[in-house]
Amino acid sequence: MTGTMEPEAQALFGALPAADEQAGARLHARLAAAAAREGLLDVAYRTVDTPLGTLLLAATEEGLIRVAYPNQGHDAALAQLAELVSPRILNAPGRLDGVARQLEEYFAHQRRVFDVPLDLRLSKGFRRSVLAHLQQIPYGVTESYAQVATAAGSPRAVRAVGTACATNPVPIVVPCHRVVRSDGSSGGYAGGPDAKQTLLMLEVA
Amino acid sequence: MSLRPFEQIVADFGPMVLRVCRAVLGPDEAEDAWSETFLAAMKAYPALDEGANVEAWLVTIAHRKAIDATRAAARRPVAVESLPERPARAGRPGDWDGDLWAALAALPPRQRAVVAYHYLAALPYAEIAVITGGSTDAARRAAADGIKTLRATYLARTREGAGR
Repeated sequence: MTGTMEPEAQALFGALPAADEQAGARLHARLAAAAAREGLLDVAYRTVDTPLGTLLLAATEEGLIRVAYPNQGHDAALAQLAELVSPRILNAPGRLDGVARQLEEYFAHQRRVFDVPLDLRLSKGFRRSVLAHLQQIPYGVTESYAQVATAAGSPRAVRAVGTACATNPVPIVVPCHRVVRSDGSSGGYAGGPDAKQTLLMLEVA
Repeated sequence: MSLRPFEQIVADFGPMVLRVCRAVLGPDEAEDAWSETFLAAMKAYPALDEGANVEAWLVTIAHRKAIDATRAAARRPVAVESLPERPARAGRPGDWDGDLWAALAALPPRQRAVVAYHYLAALPYAEIAVITGGSTDAARRAAADGIKTLRATYLARTREGAGR
């Protein structure tokens, strides 16, 4: 419909840069600040490098809403937030600086408890009560899926506890990695079995 | 399918909107207009049709912001005009905020807008007519007139400069 751009027009606008990275970065930061100020930044995100790979962190004005492992797909996690929370999403690190720092401290053995506001709206019903219980399992301690089911009020819902852990929107910060099989093997994990093993080893080291 | 994260909209179309703002408003006003355009777009974004033409939507918003900026500039005290002309920021001869902007600034605002929306945002004249008002043919003629003038002013001058 638009046809190809005439060579002459290209010559005309050749002096006007097609991409100006400096201006782009400056304007992006300005947009993120203005959007936050006007209450339009429904979801802010950033990435953070950890021993378990690059994690995606996302927060609403209420608190941390998502931690995504590389294998879960950062784009998929953002698309899900756009659909379930709001498409007003920007890469705006400021809101996540506290969480990022605490994760860094955690991986450096300098922190055992996360102290950040959480937005757990992605998890509902029984899954939500499982997450509430997980937050009470102390650093370096593990519980079995059956124990968690009992603590969450449904002793027979062992499989549902597994699902609640697998769909935990904020792994590490809400420590679903501390839930293991009754036989002592570590069981599945959102970030993959190796990531779970690494976290469990980290906490007993 | 639902709306993509707004970050993707900024990444995909931010550079295009910046070129349009620069061509329509010049170096001094372009970044303010870009910021106001994307803030307004982000506000309205959740209500956007999933199948909407995002380029045309953004240019429509930018067009309104450019009109606001032009009106605000017209209201500014006359004293500003007596200040000495500022040299090109980047200081490189042939940079867009020197020769190209001088040539664009000399065009009637409507021609400048139509040329930018067609050649930088790649919008068809029918879309441009909806944004600027008037007929598709009028938009096509305005672009042709604008390009003709730029050919005589800017292109002739830069060729001359290169030949020296």
